Amino acid sequence: MLNEQSKALKGELTEAVERKIVRVSQVTKTFKLGKVDVQALKGVDLDILAGRYVSIMGPSGSGKSTLFNMIGGLDKPSSGKVFIDEVDIAQLDAYELAWLRCRKIGYIFQTFNLIQVMTALENVTLPMIFGGMGNESATKKGMELLDLVGLGDRYQHKPFELSGGQQQRVAVARALANNPAIILADEPTGNLDLITGEEIIALLKNLSWERKVTVISATHDIKMLNVSDQVIWIRDGRIEKIEEREDLTISVGSVGERW
Amino acid sequence: MSKNTSNKVDKQSSEPVERQVVLPFKQSLAISFKQIKVRFFRSLITTLSLVLAISFLSFVRVSNDVANGLLSTGDPDFRRQLIRAGYDLGPEDVRAETNPKQRWIVILSILVCVVGIVNAQLMAVTERFREIGTMKCLGALDRFILRLFLLEAGMQGVVGAMAGALMGGLFSLLNSVVRFGNASLTHVLWGDVFFSMAFATGVGFFLSLAGVFYPAIIAARMQPVEAMRAEH
Repeated sequence: MLNEQSKALKGELTEAVERKIVRVSQVTKTFKLGKVDVQALKGVDLDILAGRYVSIMGPSGSGKSTLFNMIGGLDKPSSGKVFIDEVDIAQLDAYELAWLRCRKIGYIFQTFNLIQVMTALENVTLPMIFGGMGNESATKKGMELLDLVGLGDRYQHKPFELSGGQQQRVAVARALANNPAIILADEPTGNLDLITGEEIIALLKNLSWERKVTVISATHDIKMLNVSDQVIWIRDGRIEKIEEREDLTISVGSVGERW
Repeated sequence: MSKNTSNKVDKQSSEPVERQVVLPFKQSLAISFKQIKVRFFRSLITTLSLVLAISFLSFVRVSNDVANGLLSTGDPDFRRQLIRAGYDLGPEDVRAETNPKQRWIVILSILVCVVGIVNAQLMAVTERFREIGTMKCLGALDRFILRLFLLEAGMQGVVGAMAGALMGGLFSLLNSVVRFGNASLTHVLWGDVFFSMAFATGVGFFLSLAGVFYPAIIAARMQPVEAMRAEH
């Protein structure tokens, strides 16, 4: 049954490389801070195509995180609609949302967020167990994923026995556990040094390329721009500009020189 | 199970979204056990207040069982010794009952213990906020989190209450031997003693669960987006 599922998923992914995996339409979000209403998003329209590597850039307070959380199904808009894989997330109940988070989306966090009491392997297999996979096949797949991120020999290590970069690799493996369509990475290099950060970025880029997974990352990290297919700049609750890869190389070049 | 539900196809997409997320009981048990093992000393301290309250309860009840054993012999000597030891026995009383003063002290100690457990568990929830949020991002349902906390508290409760009941019971028996001699052991009804200790264990287990209930609900209701917050 699992083989069928993964086959179906693969088929779906190859067939729909140009499919819109995320569609954000006229989204606003208002937060109540005491008695004041703060509008974090002021009408955002955005389409993200499947299989791309997308970076969301913007200063803090720009609404970047809010938009990011919406795309990840972690927050619901005040008005407007967010579709993930053509499903309106506002229509989903708690169970369906949990299923969506489990099977469709893989999360990578700035602070790695591995479960401290579990080994690397157990961390990777947890989403599969939530997804209903049997213990043996979960372990087998978990080992494959750890091999994929280059930590096959450290499967028995607990998070505190791993370096930051290694923890983030485990987190990447965990995000891939249920063959998600989207990987959401929230400042994945924020807590890493330059070289380790570059390694993680390369890993994510490779994965998005080989597995046709859509990677969406919120970031401040200029290194991210080099590998992005698309960069979305957010300012003051609106999309300031969307740069495609072609336009991007030029602007990155100038930043690169200053470095 | 997924076979049944996969027949139902979502209105808006080809991929059904209704499918269930699961966490088998064995897995939850394993996770909760690890949580306790890793935070062994913390768990020990949480459990300690339970151990003390339950051992007090057990002590009081087993002492009464011993006194009843002695009274059932009808020997006036034992009766005099018991009264001298502080039992409120009227001239016609054939059974020693827990007196109101003891009862109040037991209730108070239990109350203090529950407050202690609630406090410790609230701390544990706050400490694990990010972890809970992460689990929710991975697809955990509210009830998985609730179950994990209840299981953890249940295990602590069983172990702590059993330890407390045994400790209180043994101490009470020891105390009786010192006061009334070996006769206290020969006349006591062991069934009663066992029942008293089992009762104390049950109370302890229940208290542990009652204490974790509110913190566990707070944990279960937490939003997954909390996992994204870097500072906590």
